[in-house]
Amino acid sequence: MLECMPKATVQRTAGKINPAKTCQPMGAMYASLGIHGCLPHSHGSQGCCAYHRMGLTRHFREQVLASSSSFTEGASVFGGASNLKTSIKNVFEIYNPEVMAVHTTCLSETIGDDIPNIIKQSEIPEGKVVIHANTPSYQGSHITGFSNMCKAMVSYLAESDGAEKKRQVNVLPGFVNPGDMREIKRLMSELGVPMIMYPDTSNVLDSPLTGKYEMYPEGGTPVSEIRDSGNSKATLSLGSFASEAAGALLQEKCGVPCISLKMPIGIRGTDAFITAVRDTFGVTVPPSLEIERGQVVDTLIDTHFHYQGKTVAVFGDPDIVIGLTEFLLTMGMVPKYVVTGTPGSRFEATIKEMLDEAGVEGSRVKAEGDLFELHQWVRDEPVDLLIGTSHGKYMARAEDIPLVRVGFPIFDRAVHPLMPVVGYRGCLRLIEMISNALLDRRDRDCKDEDYELVL
Amino acid sequence: MENDCSLPAESAACIDERQLSIMTTGKNKSRIHCADDSLAGAVSQRACVFCGARVVLNPVTDAVHLVHGPIGCASYTWDIRGSLSSGSEMFRQSFSTDLKEKDVVFGGEPKLAACIDEIVEKYHPPAIFVYSTCVVGMIGDDIVAVCKEAQHRHGIDVIPVESSGFISGNKIVGYRAAGEALLKLVRPKDGETVEKTRKLNFLGEYNLGGEKWLVERYLREMGIEINVAFTGDSTVAALKKAPGAFLNLVQCTGSMHWVAMNLEKEYGTPYMDVNFFGAGNTADSLRKIARFYGDEEITRRTEALIEREMSRVRPVIEKYREKLTGKRAAIYVGGAFKAVAIIRQLKELGMEIVLTGTQTGKQEDYEQISGMVSEGTVVIDDANPAEIERFLLEKDVDMMAGGVKERFLAHKLGIGFVDHNHDRKDGLAGFDGAIRFAREVYATTCSPVWERLKTNPFEEL
Repeated sequence: MLECMPKATVQRTAGKINPAKTCQPMGAMYASLGIHGCLPHSHGSQGCCAYHRMGLTRHFREQVLASSSSFTEGASVFGGASNLKTSIKNVFEIYNPEVMAVHTTCLSETIGDDIPNIIKQSEIPEGKVVIHANTPSYQGSHITGFSNMCKAMVSYLAESDGAEKKRQVNVLPGFVNPGDMREIKRLMSELGVPMIMYPDTSNVLDSPLTGKYEMYPEGGTPVSEIRDSGNSKATLSLGSFASEAAGALLQEKCGVPCISLKMPIGIRGTDAFITAVRDTFGVTVPPSLEIERGQVVDTLIDTHFHYQGKTVAVFGDPDIVIGLTEFLLTMGMVPKYVVTGTPGSRFEATIKEMLDEAGVEGSRVKAEGDLFELHQWVRDEPVDLLIGTSHGKYMARAEDIPLVRVGFPIFDRAVHPLMPVVGYRGCLRLIEMISNALLDRRDRDCKDEDYELVL
Repeated sequence: MENDCSLPAESAACIDERQLSIMTTGKNKSRIHCADDSLAGAVSQRACVFCGARVVLNPVTDAVHLVHGPIGCASYTWDIRGSLSSGSEMFRQSFSTDLKEKDVVFGGEPKLAACIDEIVEKYHPPAIFVYSTCVVGMIGDDIVAVCKEAQHRHGIDVIPVESSGFISGNKIVGYRAAGEALLKLVRPKDGETVEKTRKLNFLGEYNLGGEKWLVERYLREMGIEINVAFTGDSTVAALKKAPGAFLNLVQCTGSMHWVAMNLEKEYGTPYMDVNFFGAGNTADSLRKIARFYGDEEITRRTEALIEREMSRVRPVIEKYREKLTGKRAAIYVGGAFKAVAIIRQLKELGMEIVLTGTQTGKQEDYEQISGMVSEGTVVIDDANPAEIERFLLEKDVDMMAGGVKERFLAHKLGIGFVDHNHDRKDGLAGFDGAIRFAREVYATTCSPVWERLKTNPFEEL
């Protein structure tokens, strides 16, 4: 990989090398899997569907099912309407899901298939639901696709009875692992506020091995709950890129006020999440959560000399990177390079604000960047640690820098989808991963006389 | 059993049109339907033309592989096939024109041309493969013309690969597109000649787990050199010497048979099918190659090699055979060549094949497969997960060999699994590969974890 990196830093105007994002339909498929009994459907060529399933399968190590309109040349010339109608018929006949969540592809978008109309003309069995999101691959990223499918859940399903709002909160968790969604649910049950969360992939993409295969596992948010989210007292949208649009739509459609928060990664992010719930519902934060928070602070101060002042390059999806950057600053680390592949100037503004507040100077921040560019920066001025997805492993090897794997996709390590990075427990896990990576490196590299038992 | 299936049996057996794509050996008189297009709305394990082209060409290590389309097509195929390289790692970089809405509306040709120019300036690669994708085919970008101009401008091979996904859901069509690109690459330019040698080309070997290197060692011991593999651990310069080969070996027939036919037509190089999966297949193939060379010394060395290796492999296989005899196996892989190889290996391990199928098999492949398995074996073309699940349960399978999309279904059903596809990490070819494969089959079929699944400690008595 090293010899593939040109010596001189070159300016580029066209294209991407080693992207830090993928396309919308992947995110839409992941979001759909967080609805109970849902079969995602890819309206396009078969390859797209196969790739998304493969990508999700490699990350979660779970079977992922989705159907495809199986476009051929004919469909591409005459439009995909008949393919989608046939698909809807076949999907309910063969796979019998509760919900079929259709997303488009660059092909069907370019053809200009009118999905809502096609759905209207299709025969949908009684009690079953078909929703759709437009997810053109040539705009945004997989995070945009995730956001668009969340919006589709609101626009197709959420309803307001018009009566007084219920004492319950909606949580839009964003593109995170089932382990994170589980953790958010746990925090909320500690706070004692009834919650509707969607999408929710826990018990779908982290389901137990029982010897029996469930095509539609126990998990996922039931349609009835998504409907009822229109009656909640408030929505917490976690992460402005993945969740804010759906929260705003719910506010507009059903009058549920949306509180837009950062993803609850790190102490400040988690504090803000818990405070928002407390302030909205007037609950008391239980001692159990105060203990958890105190444990994080305690661990941070017990370990700060392992990582404080170290420089980091952090890359991945915008909401996660924003949360991580904030926690890195709490840890006293220096986020020297901060990159997301997803477009959006808000990303750069948010990160810069955080860096300014912490008094960190000289960092480079980029939205819609790629890993080639990040690699060039790292090669020119190295950092102590990389934090990001598996695709960073080439850079890690070429530059001999440890990589802590956080985010999506992670194809070369296991167990991570079941473990949280959100909440106070997520803080402890991040501290453990980061300090272990640095200490392992120290043990590997130090001289014999510096090799210590106690660190 | 039917009640344990997550789908009702009548629907899992699926739509009527699919019935013709499933047969039970000894029962059906009619021939299997295959290579049909998949049904709209089906959960197919198939991919697309682009995927087929990409996996065949990707191991050309020092070429730049530029995907002309929106970002996804490049992201998903970034290092999709873990081919190993002894030299350049250029092929592990992911290049995309990252088409945006504006490009889709106004055409992506200028952006493609700019990308090629920047790549040439930065990397000076010996060749660039430019892959077309769905949206590019749809908006009608003339990638052939852009490539031709760029080739002229930069004096390197810039080769268009016509791989718009919607052309077909069958990867075989993509193999053809890749084959056409390869033939274009190896064809000597006007005035150039390629010297004839006694070396051979090894077609349809992708060096996923270092298999090309393994076979190379065997051949070298026999006194035969590999000219170049198509395309495992290959370089542009080495591929250009392909017309000078004495013989073409064809391993993955699905992707390379057509290329071999054309190499014979254009350069008069004969070809033969070989198969290095399994000790028996490996020995057969080495003997076949030696016979073709018709050289006494080569024959003597070949026999010595086979004798030595077989005496090493036999006791190991025998050891695993004791543990695995009578276990029931299922196979679902991409191509028929691989299915045939795995069937033979599992039979050598004493296992019974109860279910087998492929994504892209042809009529004659299925006839060959049916001839290899015992009566009552289910044979499926382009199976969907529901069908796979149904037959895994019905046939009480202990171990399945397949690709990543089947692994976790098998695991959830309490069935062991061996990846014989892109996600495999260790070479499964040759004599060493036979030992590794046997070890993997044993490890997954007889994993101690299954014991923990059998009993529920919390069950109320």
